[in-house]
Amino acid sequence: MRLEPRQHVPPLLSVGAPIGAALLALAICAIPLALAGADVGRAYQLMLTGSLGSRFAVTETLTRAAPLILTGLAAAIAFRARLWNIGAEGQLYMGALAAVAVGTGAIPVPGFLLLPLVVVAGTLAGGLWMLGPTWLKVKLGVDEVVTTLLLNFVVLLFVGMMLEGPLQDPMSLGWPQSAPIVADASLPKLIERSRLHFGLVIALAAAVVTWLVVQRTRFGFELRAMGANPEAASFAGMDQSRVMLKVGLFSGAVAGLAGVGEVAGLRGYLTQDLSPGYGYAGIVVATLAQLGPLAVIAAAVFVAAVFVGADSMSRAIGVSSYIANLIVATALLTMLLAGLFTRYRISR
Amino acid sequence: MSERSAAPPLLRLRGITKRFGDLVANDAIDLDLDAGEILALLGENGAGKTTLMSILFGQYVADAGTIEVGDGAGGLRPLPPGSPRSALDAGIGMVHQHFTLAANHSVLDNVTLGTEPLWSWRLDRRAARAKLRALIEETGLEVPLDRSCGSLSIGEQQRVELLKALYRDARVLILDEPTAVLTPQQSDRLFVTLRRLAVKGLGIVFISHKLDEVLALCRRVAVLRHGQKVLEVEAAGIDKARLAHAMVDRPVEMPTALPRPAGEPVLELAAVDVTAEPGREALTAIDLVVHAGEIQGIAGVSGNGQRSLAGLVAGTAQPTSGSMRLNGQPWPAGGPKALIRAGVGRIPEDRHRQGVVGDMTVWENLMLEGYDARACRRFGLLQLHHFRRKAKDLVQRFDIRCGDLEGPTRLLSGGNMQKLILARVLERQPRLILASQPTRGLDIGAVAAVHRHLLDARERGCAILLITEDLDELLQLADRVCVLYRGRLGSSRPRAEIDLARLGLEMAGQDSDRLPGAHAA
Repeated sequence: MRLEPRQHVPPLLSVGAPIGAALLALAICAIPLALAGADVGRAYQLMLTGSLGSRFAVTETLTRAAPLILTGLAAAIAFRARLWNIGAEGQLYMGALAAVAVGTGAIPVPGFLLLPLVVVAGTLAGGLWMLGPTWLKVKLGVDEVVTTLLLNFVVLLFVGMMLEGPLQDPMSLGWPQSAPIVADASLPKLIERSRLHFGLVIALAAAVVTWLVVQRTRFGFELRAMGANPEAASFAGMDQSRVMLKVGLFSGAVAGLAGVGEVAGLRGYLTQDLSPGYGYAGIVVATLAQLGPLAVIAAAVFVAAVFVGADSMSRAIGVSSYIANLIVATALLTMLLAGLFTRYRISR
Repeated sequence: MSERSAAPPLLRLRGITKRFGDLVANDAIDLDLDAGEILALLGENGAGKTTLMSILFGQYVADAGTIEVGDGAGGLRPLPPGSPRSALDAGIGMVHQHFTLAANHSVLDNVTLGTEPLWSWRLDRRAARAKLRALIEETGLEVPLDRSCGSLSIGEQQRVELLKALYRDARVLILDEPTAVLTPQQSDRLFVTLRRLAVKGLGIVFISHKLDEVLALCRRVAVLRHGQKVLEVEAAGIDKARLAHAMVDRPVEMPTALPRPAGEPVLELAAVDVTAEPGREALTAIDLVVHAGEIQGIAGVSGNGQRSLAGLVAGTAQPTSGSMRLNGQPWPAGGPKALIRAGVGRIPEDRHRQGVVGDMTVWENLMLEGYDARACRRFGLLQLHHFRRKAKDLVQRFDIRCGDLEGPTRLLSGGNMQKLILARVLERQPRLILASQPTRGLDIGAVAAVHRHLLDARERGCAILLITEDLDELLQLADRVCVLYRGRLGSSRPRAEIDLARLGLEMAGQDSDRLPGAHAA
C-alpha cells in the first residue's frame, strides 16, 4: 500500500473531505464523552440544539464566529506568504485599544464620522503593530514566531496599564475598565433582542475582500508565489521585503478589525478579558480552512458552533465544556488527514 | 550471446515491472549480467534505467519480477526485495550519479562508514586502512586516504565511491551516468579502471545515454525505451545509428547553427570580481563581451564560478568590483525586475527551485514575469482572462504538453517545464538571454526543442550567454567558447578553432583532474 499524488482532485472530494473530517472528529470525541459518563447521543444532540437549534443559538454562534473569521483571515493570509503571525491576539487588543481611545467621545468630530474613524483607527493600530515584527524579520532575520507571540503579552500588559491609567472609566470605581464607547461610535445590532452586531457583516466583507486580494491582485499574485517558492519568486523579480511588509500590515489590520468589532459591537467598553483567545483560535480556523479566505467563514462558524454548543451541553448535563477544545483539536488533526487524502490517493 | 551459456550469470533479472501511478517505468524487463563483462544500459532520460537499478539495489520494490544473484558457488539465489542492505551483502555496489559522500569526513571514514558494527567500542581503523591500501594497489584508484571528501575533486570523489563499493566486496558494480560530471580525460581514466575491474571478474552495469563511450567501453548493450527493453546486442558490430534509433523511436533532427555575423556588443563585463562567501563562488578578473546574434558558450565543470556568473547576469548578485554594461549603457540597477524590463531573458540553472513555482498553475507560471503589465489590470484587479488567453497561446506555440492550464506546474515533465520557462522568456523578445544549463536532465526531443528556440533567438539578433557542462551542446550551438576554471575565464575562441582535448584540459586546469576546492596536496 502506498500513496500516490493525484493528477486531478475531484470537486466532490475537495468539498466532502473537510465535512468528513469534522464528522470523524466528532466520532472520535465520542470516546472521551463516554468516559466522562455522558450519553453520547444526547450530548451531541444538546450541542447541536445549543449551537444551531434556535434563534438564540444561531445568533450566539454567529456572534462568536465574527471575530474568528477576522483572526482566521489574519492567520490565513500571513501563512500563505509564510509569514508566521502568531500575534493576532495582540493585534486584536491593539485594535480594540485604538477603537476605545477614539470612540469614547474625547475627540470632537461630527457624529457620523466617528464610527468610520473608530474602524480606521483600530485597523491601523493592528496593522502597524504587526509591521514591527515583520520589519525585524525582513531586515534582520528575526524569527517572527517568537516576536509576534511574545508581543501578545506586551500588549496585554500595555492594555492593563492604559485601563488603570489614562483610559480608565472614571465611573468604574477603580475597576480596570475603559470608558464606554459612545452611541455614535457603536456598531448597530443586526437583529433585535440578540447580541448579533454589524461586525459579522464587516467580517464577511473582509473575507470576500481578502479573497479578491489574494486571487486577483498583483500583491496577491506575489504573495502566493512567494509563499509557494520564495526563490523562484525573487528570481522572477518580486521584491520579497516589500511583499512581506504588506502582508504583515494586512494581516495585523484584519486582526485589529476583530478588536474593533468586539468593543464597538458587543461589549461597548474594553477590559483585559475582551478576547477568550480569538487570536490563537484564528490559527486553528485558518488551518481548518486550509488557508482559503472564503473557507475561513465556514471554519469559523464550525469552531464557534462547537464552543457555543459545548457550553450549552455542559450546562445541561454537566460534562466539562472543555470538550470543545478537544473537538476542535481533533478536527485539526482529522483535517490534516483529509488534506492528505485530497492530494494523494492510496494504491496497492 | 553465443558464448554465454554454461556458467550461470552473476545476476539474473526476470520480468521486472514497476509502475508509478499510470506511468509504467519498467515493463517486464529481463536482463542477465555475466562475470567479467561490462554491460551498457542505454536509454533516454525517463526510459527507466535508474528505476531498474534502484530496484536492483533495493531502493524501490518492484511490482512484479524476480532478481537472482550468483552465490559464488555456481548457483543462483533470490535477492530479497526492498533492502539495500541485502543488496550490499549479495555483492551489489552502486555508484550514484550524485555522490553520497559525507563531505567533512575523511576518505577512510567514508569508505568504512556502515561496515563497522555499531555496538563495538572502537573502530578497527588499522585493518580497514590496510584493506583499503591493498585495494588501491590492486585497482589503481589512487586517492589520499586522510583528506576530507569535501576537498577532493569530482574525479577523486568518484574514485572514493568506487572504492566504497569494492571495499564491501562488490561483485556487481552499477554506475549511474558516471561520466556526466567528468572531463573527457577523466572519463578515459575511468574507462581504464573499469576495464581492469572487469578483467578481475566483476560484472559492471554502465548506465549512460552517450553512444560513443558505450561503444568504446562495453561488451554488450541493452537499450530501454519507455520502460521496455527494446534491444539487447553485442557491442561489436553495431553502429551508432541503430542504437540511436532504438533509444528514440522517432527521428529527432538536431538543429545546427548557421554562421551569422555578430552585431553590437550587448553584454560587457570588464574586470569583474566576486569574492567568495558561503554559498557563493568566487570570480576573478572576468572580461567578457557577448554580441548581438552570437552565442557565447562558457565551458567548465560546475562549481568553478558558473553560479556566480549566472547570478550577475540574472540580477540576483552584484559584482564586488568591476563594471558591467548592457547595450552599451550602465547595468540597470534594481535586480531581476529591472533586468527583465531592460530586455534580459533568464533561464535559471535549477528549473524546480528558481524557474517555476511548482504549486501554482501552468498559466500563472507563464505570467510569473509579466503579471504586472498595466494592460492586464482594471480597477486594480488582474484581468485573468487576458492571462489565460496569452498562456493558451504560448502553450500552443511552444508545444508545452500539459494536461490543462489550471493544473499545478510541478506535474510537468522536465522538458515541458523548460519549454514553459523558454516561452516566458522568449515571449518578451529579449535582447540578451542567459541560459544556464538549459538542457540538463532533458530527453533528446526536449533538448532539440530548446536548441531550436535558442538558435531562433540568435537568428533574430539576440545575444546569448550559454553556460553548460555539456561539451556536445557547446559545439553544436556556441559561436565562441571559453572555459571557466576556478573563477577565472580563459580566452574566448571561435568554434572552428576548438579542439575537444584541449578544452578538456583547460576545464581541468591544464594538467591534472584537480578541480575546485582541491588544494595542492
